[in-house]
Amino acid sequence: MKNLFAKTLAGFGALILAGTAAVADPAIVYSVGGKFDGSFNESAYAGVQRFENDFKTKVREFELERDAQSLQALRNFASRGNEPVVAIGFNQASSVTQAAKEFPDTSFAIVDMVVDAPNVASYVFKENEGAYIAGLLAAMASKTGTVGFVGGMDIPIIRRFLCGYQLGAHSVDPDIKVLYNMAGTTPAAFADPARGAELARSQIGRGADVIIQAAGGTGIGVLQAVADAGVLGIGTDSNQNGLHPGHVLTSIRKRVDNAVYDSFKTARDGDFKPGVRVLGLADGGMDWVLDDNNKSLVTQEMIAAADAAVTGISTGKIKVHDILTDGACPQP
Amino acid sequence: MSSGQLPRWVDFGLIPVLNLIAAFLVSGLVVLLIGENPLEAVRILLWGSLGFGEGVGFTLFYATNFIFTGLAVAVAFHAGLFNIGGEGQAYIGGLGVAWACLALDHYVPWWVTMPFALAGAAIMGAAWAFIPAWLQAKRGSHVVITTIMFNFIAAALMNYLLVNIMVKPGSMQPETRTFEAGGKLPFLKEFVPGIDFGTAPVNLALIIALLASVAVWLIVWRTRLGYEIRAFGANATAAVYAGISPVRVIVITMLISGGLAGMMAINEIMGSQHRLLLEFVTGYGFVGIAVALMGRAHPVGIVLAAILFGMLYQGGAELSFEKPAITRDMIIVIQGLVILFAGALEHMFRPALIQFFTYSRSPAEQAG
Repeated sequence: MKNLFAKTLAGFGALILAGTAAVADPAIVYSVGGKFDGSFNESAYAGVQRFENDFKTKVREFELERDAQSLQALRNFASRGNEPVVAIGFNQASSVTQAAKEFPDTSFAIVDMVVDAPNVASYVFKENEGAYIAGLLAAMASKTGTVGFVGGMDIPIIRRFLCGYQLGAHSVDPDIKVLYNMAGTTPAAFADPARGAELARSQIGRGADVIIQAAGGTGIGVLQAVADAGVLGIGTDSNQNGLHPGHVLTSIRKRVDNAVYDSFKTARDGDFKPGVRVLGLADGGMDWVLDDNNKSLVTQEMIAAADAAVTGISTGKIKVHDILTDGACPQP
Repeated sequence: MSSGQLPRWVDFGLIPVLNLIAAFLVSGLVVLLIGENPLEAVRILLWGSLGFGEGVGFTLFYATNFIFTGLAVAVAFHAGLFNIGGEGQAYIGGLGVAWACLALDHYVPWWVTMPFALAGAAIMGAAWAFIPAWLQAKRGSHVVITTIMFNFIAAALMNYLLVNIMVKPGSMQPETRTFEAGGKLPFLKEFVPGIDFGTAPVNLALIIALLASVAVWLIVWRTRLGYEIRAFGANATAAVYAGISPVRVIVITMLISGGLAGMMAINEIMGSQHRLLLEFVTGYGFVGIAVALMGRAHPVGIVLAAILFGMLYQGGAELSFEKPAITRDMIIVIQGLVILFAGALEHMFRPALIQFFTYSRSPAEQAG
């Protein structure tokens, strides 16, 4: 009885609060990198902005400072009637599981991890597929027969990207050399442009003439060094073609913005669907960018090959190895 | 009137309070500058950290971490050593905790696992402090340099272990499996009746931290070893002349210091996360330096300073939640100001106070 009373009271509290903040504003909790991390979170933020512009509404935001805050933030939003509550980043999975249990009538979404609950939509990406296209384009653009990869922190998700890149490159030329370096072993490895530039220069010194960055903020240095040396770079996460026009071969986008936008919009339209959505090349969850900044670099032949690979992967004819499910990366 | 000719209550009470007020005044100006009401901000900060059960729980949870790392820095201070490797020592301490929990959690209840986890944390933390200590004692390599280097080595080692060896197969995140009940410390709300800390992970480690504070007090002020440590810290040359072995003091002090830092992992790993994961220390080791400075390297002061920083962490989170204009970076600015005023500008008000108290105490002497 006491419990019921407390719940009713909490419900009223939520109603009053929600009333002041316009009913059912969506909410988002960014992961520890912060919403201006220049890559993953910022892509989510782009989705937030697009939604705010399209529907003339506000989105409540919170940036985690440490993982311990995640559950607290999710509960805060849910208890104030914000819906859906979107969590960015796999580190929030256990918190989303818990919060979804406590607020069964609120819809939640999580990006980059699967949470199995009746009120949670999970969005995960096949980064390895995007990386495959990057490897393929890099190998075709390379004149020296050596391409490079600069990763951020040495963690499985980056290694998976590397594996896709290697496979893509080898699909063009089985003898191609793929140089790779990781920038470090702490999260600082995602925010060290000087180190990124240094690694890129060393790879250029060893003959690489196309280098991809999978290193967040560190990658800005990679692209800078590549442009300075007059060779080619490949951007990731968001469209980085415009950073150094003529020196960025393409960008491999991970459409976190689409995932965020989709979850907000479906909830707004009342057709929010829980369950897992795996986004890859087939559904535009990953894509590669061709625009005014790089069209002079990409030949018709490369476009045809990339399109063929996208089709092949989408139809399942080409299967890109995923180190998380399929084990260690096959070496040719 | 030994330390700086000031009464103890001024030294340990008034000066920290003055520093804190100065820090908050400057923070208030910053908040005003971005167009928010500073009084409102203070209200949210206090309410968020002390106003409701869950807030108090989180404040105490963060405070537990700061007590351990603060004590670690303080013990080293007393021997004139500046251990800024708490970050790495706590990180490696997590390894000791995880080994104990992963090995035992299937077979025994938590209270059997706990002593092993505690020992693991302390031994691993101490071991990580041992090499810098030995290098300082035998080779004169400065601990400030070596301990901070060891933070990076710890990060590299843990990254290697978690990515390649200890990772749960198929997991996207480099972390071990979640411990079973036998590897989880009970939350405080489970055995303190009538208290509701909500979802706050404050746990038994808080009690361990308080016991550790008492132990540090006993060691530093009530044992022969503590006397040697303090004597060595006050004047190393005189201590050696008096027959105190510098190698022994440096090594033992650093082992205690490292062990205390390592025990922070008990709170995070066994008390809250229930799995070993990357970067769980996230700066607690460094904030421990500020806590020790502010707490005047005394356990009572450290506990109080730890609670203050716990309030800043928890209240700060609530503040950035309530006021989107005050971002989490602003919260770091406020924390930074507190550290600046309490640590670096520690002596700012001191000369004025000394003048004031000397004058008001013995005007006759002054005149004569």
